[in-house]
Amino acid sequence: MFRIVKRQDMSSRYSSALRIGSIFAALLFTALIIILLGYNPIQVYFKIVEGSLFSKFRITQTIHKMIPLITLSLGCAVAFKMKFWNIGAEGQFYLGALGATYIALNYGSLPPYILLPIMFLAGFICGALWALISALLRTAFGASETLVTLMLNYIATNIIMYLQYGPWKDPAARGFAKIARFSPNAWLPTIFGVQSGWIITVVLVILIYFMFAKTRLGYQIQVIGENTQTARYAGMNVNKILIIAVILSGGICGIAGMMQASGVEHSLTYELSAGLGFTAVITAWLARLDPLSIVVVSTLFSILLQGGTYIQTALQVPSSIAGIIQGVILFFVLASDFFVNYKIIRVKKENAGTAVPVSKGE
Amino acid sequence: MSKYDIELINISKSFGIVKANSEISLSIAPGEIHALLGENGSGKSTLMNILSGIYTPDEGIIKLDGNEVKFNSPSDSIAAGIGMVHQHFKLVDVMSATENILLGLPGGLFIKPKKAAKSIKAVADKYGLKIDLSKKVYEMSVSEKQTVEIMKVLYRGARILILDEPTAVLTPQEIVSLFGILRNMKSSGCSIIIITHKLNEVMEISDRVTVLHKGRSIKTLVTSETDMTELTTLMVGKPISLEIKRAEVDSELKKPILQVTDLTVHNIDKREALDGMSFTLNSGEILGVAGIAGSGQKELCETIAGLQRASSGDVIYKGQSIIKMNPRDIIKKGITMSFIPEDRLGMGLVAGMSIIDNVILKKVQMQKGIIVDRKVGKKAAERIIKRFGIDTPSTHTIVRKLSGGNIQKVLLGREIEMNPELLITAYPVRGLDIGASYNIYDILNEQKTKGVGILFIGEDLDVLLSLCDRIMVIHSGKNMGIVDAKSTTKEKLGLMMLGQNPDDQAS
Amino acid sequence: MEMLNTIGLFLQSTVQMGTILLFATLGGILCERVGHLNLGIEGMMLMGAVIGFYTGYHTGNGWVAFAAAAVAGGFGALIYAVITVTFLGNQTVTGLVLSIFGTGFSSFVGLPLSTVTMPQSAMAPFRAFKVPLLSKIPVLGPAIFEQSVYVHIGLILAIVMYVYLNKTRFGLNLRAIGENPASADASGINITLYKYIHIIIGGMLCGLGGAYLTLVYVPLWQDGITSGMGWIAVTLIIFSTWNPLKAIISAYLFGALRSIGFKLQNIQIPKIGGGTFILNSQLLNMLPYIMTIVVLVIIALRKKREEQPPGWLSLPYYREDR
Repeated sequence: MFRIVKRQDMSSRYSSALRIGSIFAALLFTALIIILLGYNPIQVYFKIVEGSLFSKFRITQTIHKMIPLITLSLGCAVAFKMKFWNIGAEGQFYLGALGATYIALNYGSLPPYILLPIMFLAGFICGALWALISALLRTAFGASETLVTLMLNYIATNIIMYLQYGPWKDPAARGFAKIARFSPNAWLPTIFGVQSGWIITVVLVILIYFMFAKTRLGYQIQVIGENTQTARYAGMNVNKILIIAVILSGGICGIAGMMQASGVEHSLTYELSAGLGFTAVITAWLARLDPLSIVVVSTLFSILLQGGTYIQTALQVPSSIAGIIQGVILFFVLASDFFVNYKIIRVKKENAGTAVPVSKGE
Repeated sequence: MSKYDIELINISKSFGIVKANSEISLSIAPGEIHALLGENGSGKSTLMNILSGIYTPDEGIIKLDGNEVKFNSPSDSIAAGIGMVHQHFKLVDVMSATENILLGLPGGLFIKPKKAAKSIKAVADKYGLKIDLSKKVYEMSVSEKQTVEIMKVLYRGARILILDEPTAVLTPQEIVSLFGILRNMKSSGCSIIIITHKLNEVMEISDRVTVLHKGRSIKTLVTSETDMTELTTLMVGKPISLEIKRAEVDSELKKPILQVTDLTVHNIDKREALDGMSFTLNSGEILGVAGIAGSGQKELCETIAGLQRASSGDVIYKGQSIIKMNPRDIIKKGITMSFIPEDRLGMGLVAGMSIIDNVILKKVQMQKGIIVDRKVGKKAAERIIKRFGIDTPSTHTIVRKLSGGNIQKVLLGREIEMNPELLITAYPVRGLDIGASYNIYDILNEQKTKGVGILFIGEDLDVLLSLCDRIMVIHSGKNMGIVDAKSTTKEKLGLMMLGQNPDDQAS
Repeated sequence: MEMLNTIGLFLQSTVQMGTILLFATLGGILCERVGHLNLGIEGMMLMGAVIGFYTGYHTGNGWVAFAAAAVAGGFGALIYAVITVTFLGNQTVTGLVLSIFGTGFSSFVGLPLSTVTMPQSAMAPFRAFKVPLLSKIPVLGPAIFEQSVYVHIGLILAIVMYVYLNKTRFGLNLRAIGENPASADASGINITLYKYIHIIIGGMLCGLGGAYLTLVYVPLWQDGITSGMGWIAVTLIIFSTWNPLKAIISAYLFGALRSIGFKLQNIQIPKIGGGTFILNSQLLNMLPYIMTIVVLVIIALRKKREEQPPGWLSLPYYREDR
């Protein structure tokens, strides 16, 4: 007989250990699946690490995933702190990229030191506006932001597809439906062999950390996230703060899109994000919305994603195994959270004499 | 055959570090009304939740008719003939009385509402319960809901009925009729356990009484062989006078500070939550507000604090209308409001944040610049902890981790630290033990002598009568009249709470 | 007559598209009625779609594929149930993760399937057939009575579910769980068992919704074949106020929106001042998503008590919580 009982308060060290433990448990579990699928798990895991870290090129590739992933996770975290479930990082990423692309295609002759800041701004504004739709529908009508932002993701991808196949199709591409490459003026320069977006990302991590730890806005966002009623009661203009935070959240995601278009792809396609906008929702949550943990978690996920594409060529294991591993890890972490608050104890078997039928439940 | 229906022997139960029950023993004889007396937090509800299968005890034995039993879930307890009416009713709001009564019962695949209604009616008539079976629970008054709960238990054929603080939400008149029903049930052979912290009720209804104190069973007495003084001493753990002092204030201090005129407020579903309410509150007085739960107490607090918009009417504070102001400006004017909801954490506090971060909540709204000033907050937190005797390891402790009384002191402390001139407080002693409650009454009296105007929304009529200067009775959003607390009676308040004019009845 | 024919065909495709959404919406309703918000519908649909196709391709038997799709969807729901019912995990996040997991799972299983076609024998049971007499009704006849039996199963399920929820003892108990698990628990209902059963059946229905695409509608496998229909279904659950009969109407309504996208592709609209504006598929494909947002606003404006979600939706329940 086992029983579930509530734990007394848990040290944060214990809960971190629990989280790390559950990730290892998940990797063990996935190893079992990999064996069942007929592959060697040690080899698969090794190749994932090898494929993401064992050469300068691969490290660059991994960092090129880290930059947008960290940035998008930060964007999500800002909204999530307020319990505003912005699942629209993907769409805001695309709109940001779209804004930047519009500038790059039309004003490509401007010198980089003027062009790039404008593209940066355009990325922020477009991402912010796209997110703002959900914030306005929520504050004005109470529409569920989770579903609105999800729908906006699909609409955003369709807009990019429309542009790519329609008005923005590059006539020079000989019938291929693609958007023209940016002029080199619109490329983010490379520093230490990787696109310079990482500087922006590092600055953002520090800014967001500072915002939540020290500033009034950060404090207000957290109060609203914990208890909207109390926030109103204390005299906060909840709707105004919510809108500001969502603009910030969407804008940051938009910046991620701008950096990916300008720094890596030098163009825009409807596959630019490679689903990172959805992964970011998860990494943000997994990092408990803490900016520094976001860096750690995003790094691990970038390794997993980059390694996933490598094993497809190296071992003929479909790269989507990375998606499955991600899912399993998350399922384990979600379940492990239970043990932060509860524990299962063994109950001595009671002696007989039960007058009532023992229920099937429990 | 045992001479007891139910025996609980050495029951212990902990929640984390809190030991709610330790080695409690209790036995219930057939056909008796047994009162379980104790302060808030003495472990009464926990014990009864164990008996009804909701909690599993850590240690101890339950015997039914002399045989040991084990309740793994409520269905085991129901099968054993035990039924419990919980303090916070466990009814499904959107369902009708019939549907609620039928929940979880075995039977054919399809529900036959008419047939069910007939058999429910038969049981209701047997015990003299009046019930509208097709009415949805959300349309019911508190006492109607209680009737459904009792009906639900009886329809399951329970022979042991547990009632958790059944009188807390009722008017004196409703209590009389409830006790009538309980006596009916007793005479038809049911055993009844009634949880209460009110001595006069124990004396009136029970055959025997068991006193709990700090999670232990102190003593079981035959009611007719004891008296209120002995029970009080056992319940509190020391001889104590349960009298609440009313502070006297110079009449010069009393000037009108808040005038509410013709205030009407509509709810989301367009119903009138406040209906043309008018009253005046003076500085240096405590104006009590009595009323059945949901009569407009919450809306009144929220409208004055600027959280709800009024449809018509005015609120004038020191000669100036504040009805159109936002909460922030109202706070700046020196008005504070503290509302303790049923879960105790709903409004005013952020459970997941530290004491400091809770203390600065309103200050942050007033300060300038982008950086939060936590230094001032720390000092203020230290002051509040000292002044109100809050038991906490540090100022950085997360509020959720404090005990209920300390949580409430943080809230009230922060409000009083702001030196308000008008203090609105709703249910400030909700869930507190006697010591902590008296502590809060003292704080309110102290504020009153300083000339603060206090609007006190309460549940317990005895407290309202002895603490307040005047009492306003509200019924479905209307002011039924303001009476002098020194000269009125509980019965009179009860009638007004039900929407009747007591003078009509008298004549 | 020609016009009537066109409308008939349009309705036919509406009902087909609607069937996918109907299964998913019904599955979601069942799950939400026991108080669990499952945002994993998209994932469970994809799992059902790919396993249905996989099984159909390898066994050549349509009904076996049908059953396998249900099992796959139910398996996804089982994961969700273990985490949210037993381990009290956050329902929103768990649902999202299930969608991500389902997407990864389906593209993993589906990789070798993207180049194959379904054997005829597997598709045979689901070929459209004409119900005698009824299919002769103008317009509506072909739309409803000249369809695959899959379509009819969906309709019958909706009606059965309506009766189950509103007229039976089990329905009463499960609604109570979704509204207020504490009261259901105190009434002696085995909450955990009810939740598991209904969440899993709900997942099976979602799996069947996805499999309609790969077994009947397309029938091919391609990555992400459900293209967000699971998310639309989440909205339709609310739109139909958790009522299976209204789910039929709302699912078909959105089926119509999707059909428009396919039927009106590349229509040229003359622009004022010369030239034409081409309404291409990317723009039309946005229609259901935009309409979903419109619906989300409409439902947010509803304030009536009967139209509110189950009271305990998305909240965890642990008996000994105080």
